Amino acid sequence: MYGNDFSAEDAPGGGLLGEVEAAEAALREAAERGRRADAPGPDADLAGYFAEVIDADQKIEPRDWMPEAYRKTLIRQIAQHAHSEIIGMQPEGNWISRAPSLKRKAILLAKVQDEAGHGLYLYAAAETLGISRDELVRLLLEGRQKYSSIFNYPTLTWADVGAIGWLVDGAAIVNQVPLCRCSYGPYARAMIRVCKEESFHQRQGYEILHTLAHGTPEQKAMAQDSVDRWWYPSLAMFGPPDGDSTHSAQSMAWKIKRFSNDELRQRFVDMCVQQAEILDLTLPDPDLRWNDERQAYDYTQPDYDELMQVIKGNGPCNRQRMEHRRRAHTEGAWVREAAAAYAAKRAEQKEKVAA
Amino acid sequence: MSERSERTDRLSVTEHSPLWEVFVRARRGLSHTHVGSLHAPDAELALRNARDLYTRRQEGVSIWVVPAAAITASSPDEKDAFFDPAADKVYRHPTFYDVPDGVSHL
Amino acid sequence: MNGPFDFTLSLGDDALIAAQRLGEWATRAPEMEEDIALANIALDQLGAARLLLSYAGELEGAGRDEDALAYLRDDRQFRNCLLVELPNGDFAVTMAKLLFLSAYQLPLYSALTGCADERLAAIGGKTRKESAYHLDHASLWVRRLGDGTDESHRRMQDAVDQVWPYVHELFTADPAAPVDPATLRADFDTRVTAVLDEATLTRPTDGWAPAGGRDGVHTEHLSFLLAEMQVLHRAHPGAQW
Repeated sequence: MYGNDFSAEDAPGGGLLGEVEAAEAALREAAERGRRADAPGPDADLAGYFAEVIDADQKIEPRDWMPEAYRKTLIRQIAQHAHSEIIGMQPEGNWISRAPSLKRKAILLAKVQDEAGHGLYLYAAAETLGISRDELVRLLLEGRQKYSSIFNYPTLTWADVGAIGWLVDGAAIVNQVPLCRCSYGPYARAMIRVCKEESFHQRQGYEILHTLAHGTPEQKAMAQDSVDRWWYPSLAMFGPPDGDSTHSAQSMAWKIKRFSNDELRQRFVDMCVQQAEILDLTLPDPDLRWNDERQAYDYTQPDYDELMQVIKGNGPCNRQRMEHRRRAHTEGAWVREAAAAYAAKRAEQKEKVAA
Repeated sequence: MSERSERTDRLSVTEHSPLWEVFVRARRGLSHTHVGSLHAPDAELALRNARDLYTRRQEGVSIWVVPAAAITASSPDEKDAFFDPAADKVYRHPTFYDVPDGVSHL
Repeated sequence: MNGPFDFTLSLGDDALIAAQRLGEWATRAPEMEEDIALANIALDQLGAARLLLSYAGELEGAGRDEDALAYLRDDRQFRNCLLVELPNGDFAVTMAKLLFLSAYQLPLYSALTGCADERLAAIGGKTRKESAYHLDHASLWVRRLGDGTDESHRRMQDAVDQVWPYVHELFTADPAAPVDPATLRADFDTRVTAVLDEATLTRPTDGWAPAGGRDGVHTEHLSFLLAEMQVLHRAHPGAQW
């Protein structure tokens, strides 16, 4: 149907897909092992049991007892993730109508469609925690839940579609791959599915930039300009430095989160350097250099004040993105009402026939 | 326009667009496996939506949709104490999904 | 119109312009599930367009590939029907357009499978299954909107009335073409009438019948659509993407 007409070879970050499969294997293996402890009786220490399941690297499932804070943390995180997929359709969707070849148009359309699908998988995962999708959508539209700040930057040129694929999806995957091992079963399973489907997103972005960087001088300049604009916002996607991150320690203890913000950011930088070389594009950081002692690259931190400003709603596109989402929701209301009314009429008719 | 959106907000859309559980037969010879859930006002739309959402990469040869409210769940190795008071709510369905065997890697 | 090149080009242009319009819905659909469905249909139309335009380029033998045909022609050289270039309007207008387009494409592609040209027959074999799904999807929504609320009924009837005049062009006789569109009209009428009846909608009376798309005389909308679609490609002559 689509998605078969572009090469899947030479994928940057192919190793990450391997990790997704390892996480899936680990999930199945843990399921095979069965419970470490016997199921507790009515007087059992529920918190202790919960801790044991986590310690044994097994999955918490929707009907299990869980601390209220664990549930709330997960709802917040999964919902923000779902909102990010839905809002994240906009910056790329912006280029569907102008994609420069029919092949690129098809790939981009399929990618934006995938993002809607990922949003829906994630809303469904959040719903297992006892909150409805309508409620989550309402929280987004009222601005009471956030989405990833990266989508508040504009896509000014076609190369930005490439940079989003390579850098933004790349950073997202580095973030998401460890979530495939998250202690909450529905989230872990959703992430495995999302990561597998997303493997093509990063590849298509990389391919766009590679083609541009090896094209005409104008195309190469377009590619470099977009990498210049997207590099630091992508680094900021990993969140504030560990010292300032409010939720990190508890989330790591619960195995919702497996690595710290700074660990993941470092991992992303280390991956990108070589990929940028192959692209023949420059990462806009004069202080980027290999540190033999640390066996990692030293790099310049993103501007966290800017990140905080964007989170507060003062990024270039915050208002535009929210307005767009609200308008689609409002303008679609009559259609949703019609479908509900039709379903109600049909159900009534059925009852009459049955009676 | 504003009047209509207010009305929509008041309507609990959850009731009008209930949750459906989706089961997909990945290949001939395999049984249907739970792959996830979705919202739709009726069965016909639920089936169409399931096709688009869960078999975009041709993961299935047959789809079932079941109203989540029609599922009676048991959790045999869990004692009653393990059931949260809210456990009967339909949206807290017991499993999100299994990753189907046929998922392609692209 | 005459000959396999013009015929193939017109089918390819129908699919391309339909895909472009449907793609405009991305991120704007009334429900997130519908965003995915509309993107699926857009992808099907785009896939059909690529097959048809590539083949048209081969038939022409002037070295034009799918992108040269899509991006480097002006509106006067496009051969699509007017129906597909009409703006999306609200969801009801889009569903009316999709209903009529798919009720035309389904018998057309089905007939193609039996034509002497093997390439066209193969394309028909692939695309008719997709058209059946598009028709199913459009019918499903036209029934819901027609027989939903008072507001949706009014909007759906308005949409059908607004778009109906543009269907006549689809069936202009062309006996020399691999499939003569005039032969598809009865099938179209049967399918569409059944859906409209079920949806409690009134089939508009025939009257005004705008045409000209197959001769490159379009509505004012097409030039704007192409300006947007072609802007980047044309700004970098000869570049690879």
